[in-house]
Amino acid sequence: MQKLHSKQQQWMPILFLAPAVILFSLYVIFPIAQSIWLSFFEWDGLGEKTFVGLSNYFELFSDEQFWTALINNLYWLIFFMLAPPIGLLLALFLNQKVMGIRFVKAMFFFPFVISQVVVGLVFSWFYDPSFGLFNKAIELFGFQPIAVLSDEHWVTFGIIVAGLWPQIAYCMILYLTGLNNLSPDQIEAARLDGAHGWKMLRHVILPQLKPATFIAIVVTVIGALRSFDLVATMTSGGPFGSSSVLAYFMYEQSIFNYRAGYGAAIATILFLIMDIYIAYFLWRMLKSEKA
Amino acid sequence: MFPTPVEKKSLPFNISYRVAIWVALFLWLLPLLAVLMTSARSTADLNAGNYWGIPTQWMFLQNYTLVFTQTPMLRYLLNSLIITLPAVIGAVSLSTLAGYALAKFKFRGRIGLFAAFIAGNFVPFQILMIPVRNLTIDMGLYDTASGLILFHIAFQTGFCTLFMRNFIVGLPDELIEAARVEGVSEWQIFRHIVLPLVRPALAALAVLIFTFIWNDYFWALVLVQSDEVRPITAGISALKGQWMASWQLISAGSIIAALPPVILFFAMQRHFIAGLTLGATKG
Repeated sequence: MQKLHSKQQQWMPILFLAPAVILFSLYVIFPIAQSIWLSFFEWDGLGEKTFVGLSNYFELFSDEQFWTALINNLYWLIFFMLAPPIGLLLALFLNQKVMGIRFVKAMFFFPFVISQVVVGLVFSWFYDPSFGLFNKAIELFGFQPIAVLSDEHWVTFGIIVAGLWPQIAYCMILYLTGLNNLSPDQIEAARLDGAHGWKMLRHVILPQLKPATFIAIVVTVIGALRSFDLVATMTSGGPFGSSSVLAYFMYEQSIFNYRAGYGAAIATILFLIMDIYIAYFLWRMLKSEKA
Repeated sequence: MFPTPVEKKSLPFNISYRVAIWVALFLWLLPLLAVLMTSARSTADLNAGNYWGIPTQWMFLQNYTLVFTQTPMLRYLLNSLIITLPAVIGAVSLSTLAGYALAKFKFRGRIGLFAAFIAGNFVPFQILMIPVRNLTIDMGLYDTASGLILFHIAFQTGFCTLFMRNFIVGLPDELIEAARVEGVSEWQIFRHIVLPLVRPALAALAVLIFTFIWNDYFWALVLVQSDEVRPITAGISALKGQWMASWQLISAGSIIAALPPVILFFAMQRHFIAGLTLGATKG
């Protein structure tokens, strides 16, 4: 009996894991390797593949569109980093127990729940040069209307603002939960010591919010690098490719221009950039696992 | 509690705070309110440039009826459900099994496997795009709901396994050990001891990934193309191209597309936030 059991304990985890591992390998792990492999070929997606070595990458580095997309991704990364601090501010603002606050918090979270396609539509409407709310607002301050989404200097920032809307909501919820779990003893002790306001926030509250900050930054970085839906719905990368990001550029090259190998090379670059963050996240996660 | 509760402050401060939160909320949701208002306008109003005033006619019902009768919107909604529900059930089931194995059994390569699930969950979709598309075509599942469902199950399994594993690891070992000593089979242990204990996590997870899958746009573009299978995200963006100037219809369509996850969120708010913030308080 005992023997049967220890045997069961050996093969049961394999059975438990098998369906997930098989499907996950088939759809996630192998495709990563396949894409990297594919990036060394010239391929229209249907016919014969021709091995071309690194030439897709060389072409990429001299492709202006690639640099535009890469720099836009950098803008996304930098400006998306506003989401955690603004989310924290909102959370501090809303962390009260007045009437109706539950509803207010839920409504603030709203933008995160709706699809990015809808967010994109909402903001296209918001930016519309002739009647959009944005131009109505800047007219009040005496500025000329700007066609944000067809101006190559503004377009990426316009889309980033749209992306920040749900991202801030996400960070806010993370921080609200964090604020809920603060240790009251520490706060009381700090209050008795005369700490309040900024000092309290800086030295007592923020250290306790560290886990929330960590998650907020991770999801924000991933969100910034994954930006696709908004670019696709709001501008399709235009005008003249000026709002493209690597994710959209890759899609465009593989689906519309039938350049699967080239697309795979773009995806590989994006993957390598993302790897830095994935590695960092894993390292943190596994470290806390051992502790 | 931080910041100091407003109740402890002066009366004027209290009143201004209570007003300020509603004003802030109004501003925060203004872009959305504009769309909501537009969905109730008539063509005449929009042509006359009445975008912000009170609509001369309230066309709320007419516009929404039009969207449902004149466009495949109902079909899209149904497609989204047909895709999302099985995908949620599939991903949650697979990951509960996998999460349990990773949390409560000791075997070689356990950490590596867990790390692979976490890492896979963060990769950019584009690195999967071409192979997954080809795989789907080769299996004859291109432009079918099953093709999308299978992919969503597989991909979401990464996040879900991370989630379930972290939840199950916190359950007491003694229960499982005791059952083993009693001679209960491993499957029975999973079925009758583990499963009832993870029920709250299952609810949180299901609500959360329902929203993720419902809101997916990229894979809907890559793996399907016809109106018969297209989910609502891809549907609404296709309609946008056809309607061009009919902003009241686009607005109504957007509101309809947003509604199901919103309803779910309000109905299961506690679970939803518990799911989203798991790990934000520890780890």
